[in-house]
Amino acid sequence: MPLLTFNDRGIYCARADVYIDPWKPVPRALITHGHADHSRWGNDHYLSTRLAAPVIKYRLGDIDLETVEYGEVKTINGVKFSFHPAGHIIGSAQIRVEYKGEIWVASGDYKLEDDGLCQPYEPVQCQHFITESTFGLPVYRWIPQEELFADINDWWRATAAEGRTAIITGYALGKAQRILDGLDTSIGKIYTHGAIENTNEVLRAQGIKLPDTTRVTREVNKKEYPGNIVVATPGAIGQPWVKKFGNASVAAASGWMTLRGARRRRGADRGFVLSDHCDWPSLLEAIDLTGADNIYVTHGYTAIFSKYLREQGYNAVELETDYEGELAEIETKGSEETSKENALADEE
Amino acid sequence: MKNFAELFKRLDRTTKINTKVAALADYFIQVDDEDKLWTMALLSHRRPRRTVNSKLLRAWAGELSGIDVWILEESYHVVGDLAETIALVLPPPEQDYDHTLTYWIQYIEQFAGYDEEGKKEAVQEAWRGLGTTERYLFNKLITGNFRVGVSQKLMTRALASATGIEETNLAHRLMGNWTPNDTTFEELIHSESATDDISRPYPFYLAYQLEQPAGELGSPDEWQAEHKWDGIRGQVIVREDEVFVWSRGEELVTDKYPEYHLLASAIPNGTVIDGEILPYRDGQPLGFNVLQTRIGRKTVSKKLLKDAPVVLMCYDILEYEGRDVRKLPMSGRRELLERVIEENDTQEVLQLSPVFHFTHWDELAAERETAREKYSEGIMLKRRDSEYKQGRKKGDWWKWKVDPLTIDAVMMYAQRGHGRRANLYTDFTFGVWDGDVLVPFTKAYSGLTDKEFNQITSWVRRNTVEKFGPVRSVKPQQVFEIGFEGIRKSTRHKSGVALRFPRMLRWRQDKPMDEANTKADLEAMLEVYGS
Repeated sequence: MPLLTFNDRGIYCARADVYIDPWKPVPRALITHGHADHSRWGNDHYLSTRLAAPVIKYRLGDIDLETVEYGEVKTINGVKFSFHPAGHIIGSAQIRVEYKGEIWVASGDYKLEDDGLCQPYEPVQCQHFITESTFGLPVYRWIPQEELFADINDWWRATAAEGRTAIITGYALGKAQRILDGLDTSIGKIYTHGAIENTNEVLRAQGIKLPDTTRVTREVNKKEYPGNIVVATPGAIGQPWVKKFGNASVAAASGWMTLRGARRRRGADRGFVLSDHCDWPSLLEAIDLTGADNIYVTHGYTAIFSKYLREQGYNAVELETDYEGELAEIETKGSEETSKENALADEE
Repeated sequence: MKNFAELFKRLDRTTKINTKVAALADYFIQVDDEDKLWTMALLSHRRPRRTVNSKLLRAWAGELSGIDVWILEESYHVVGDLAETIALVLPPPEQDYDHTLTYWIQYIEQFAGYDEEGKKEAVQEAWRGLGTTERYLFNKLITGNFRVGVSQKLMTRALASATGIEETNLAHRLMGNWTPNDTTFEELIHSESATDDISRPYPFYLAYQLEQPAGELGSPDEWQAEHKWDGIRGQVIVREDEVFVWSRGEELVTDKYPEYHLLASAIPNGTVIDGEILPYRDGQPLGFNVLQTRIGRKTVSKKLLKDAPVVLMCYDILEYEGRDVRKLPMSGRRELLERVIEENDTQEVLQLSPVFHFTHWDELAAERETAREKYSEGIMLKRRDSEYKQGRKKGDWWKWKVDPLTIDAVMMYAQRGHGRRANLYTDFTFGVWDGDVLVPFTKAYSGLTDKEFNQITSWVRRNTVEKFGPVRSVKPQQVFEIGFEGIRKSTRHKSGVALRFPRMLRWRQDKPMDEANTKADLEAMLEVYGS
């Protein structure tokens, strides 16, 4: 029997009786990172990196959570588990699993470009590599982030010059902080949506440096917004919450903004292609760097990407999972994340 | 092309009309007359002819990108647009070519004289030196399906603001049979009179669907009512002993309808009539499907003329004795129209659209109920004192269509949409019950809100049974009310029926799937409404 198998609860290691990122409650869960589709409610015991722990606790409340450092080996019934930087968001990890010379890596979500905020991705040698394929099509190719942030700041500057408010959207955890980190604060002040500011507080408390931000509340005079920028969650757009900003220019930051159709559907004035996932060239590079022959393709363009890998000589299979990638950044469905964000925004 | 790419980006980013007009006006001031003219041509559907087929384009793009064509195809299903897919998969440009729009269009027009290898070299060479948006536009120009969210009206408004010429005059000058290769910006824009080009039509006046109850329109004697004929809107022009026929898509279709050629000598020069190109025999309109056999045909055979004869069902006159009469009231124009048809022998090619006299709105409502039997789509209401405007305007003209036929059906298959709706599941196949088996009978892809498409997409992802390329079969569960305008027997469809204009009227989340309609219900409708 292989060291890791896949069942209707998640990625399972029978020998150690643990799951990686399970989507149904299990006794023992190893968590790659704090996004809602990877760390879910209801498990009895959790294990994550120390850096990922505060956000997971903030989201899931009082859970039984044990932490490890990157690279530290944790042995369970003879199986060696270790967490390695995935470069996706702060604290995110690839989980390496080894038993009697058989080595697997479950990479969760990851990107190769160093974003300057989280521990950069480190390739981990293995025989079996579990990879996402959120942007696993050759049409997805990111431009370097310096160029992208120059575009974002140009747009903010132009919007400010018109005396309007700039609003940019991204996930409360990860994308929002990456946007904050790239903004040119000489242009104006940064305001944040409640769900984002809550996450910022958790991250600042663990020592992460972020620029100064002001939470959007009823107490802020509406006249203060024009000329400045508001970082908001995707779910907040189209809600009464945005009315206070008047005739604002709305931008969405997401890998999906590559496509004209997605940009237009989103109804944003601008779409910036900013993702915490791999683009096509870096997915291929990452797979090559692991040296693995056996590739398991999860969430994204699974069928197409695995077929492509088979043509390149890999033994690749597609897997059905409940992971979502960046989906919630363009879909307005009531996912946990979105409804929670809205609930938080309403509390203000 | 850099200016043009920047214009495209600015237009594409906004849905606000004023922002679009401002972007266009800025652009018209920046570029030279040649580029102005080409831009006007592109925005009024005068595209360069397609010189490369899309299959070759895919192969060349795959070659330059180092990927197989199958994965390019798969990407195309996701992106929903071939020109965009190719622009995105190509490796980043090696050079930076800075040429005008006109330069690139002439570059593309030269392809016609190249062999396949020559075309390939020219296309790949261009790709190597253009950025993503410029490549996308270049590809659109090659494939001959350039489209951008700017109506001709918007473009005209921007041009008016950039040139200081009145918008209505410009609108008229931009119509007709010109291409950038046979005129110049100066000639086109500053031509003084409408008779410069004897084929030039007037812009059509279009009506909106009536939203309020007809009774609220006021006194019946202020209104003229006719049937809304189910053919193609057309404008017939007779000037200088020649006849020209324009369809509403601003396409010159004179050659497709030889029936009208006798009008050149049958009615006086300086006559322009607005009417419906309608299939018609023995005093009766025929169904729209009869006309469909003629649409798209370049040459018209004798057999086709015999099987699908057309008349012009006339309802308005725009030019009389060489004078523009659009400012006259509807009632006055109607008199002139009747005079032209009665005083000339048109061998019944011109039919006068009958006016329905009514003193009470209920009478008209009753007439509307009979529309389907008469192959009409409902009633047209025109205010008796209305002038002939241009474009779609509210207030004086209304279409009052019959309610669609409806059937409740179960969703069986889903496919991703294209363009703006790529990545969303928007194209569905529906079935009705035949015993306990679902029989597919129609596709539909419009009628839901963006929010509903988002919801159903998410549902489709979670309830896929099987994938066949871009198509997914889904768990039978979701019931939709399908509306359609007509039903007829079809040998091409498995279910034996073909629907006209099927669309989703409502997502019946309240309805369990076993309460959807049956094949027997469909057959009963065919019996009553089938043609």
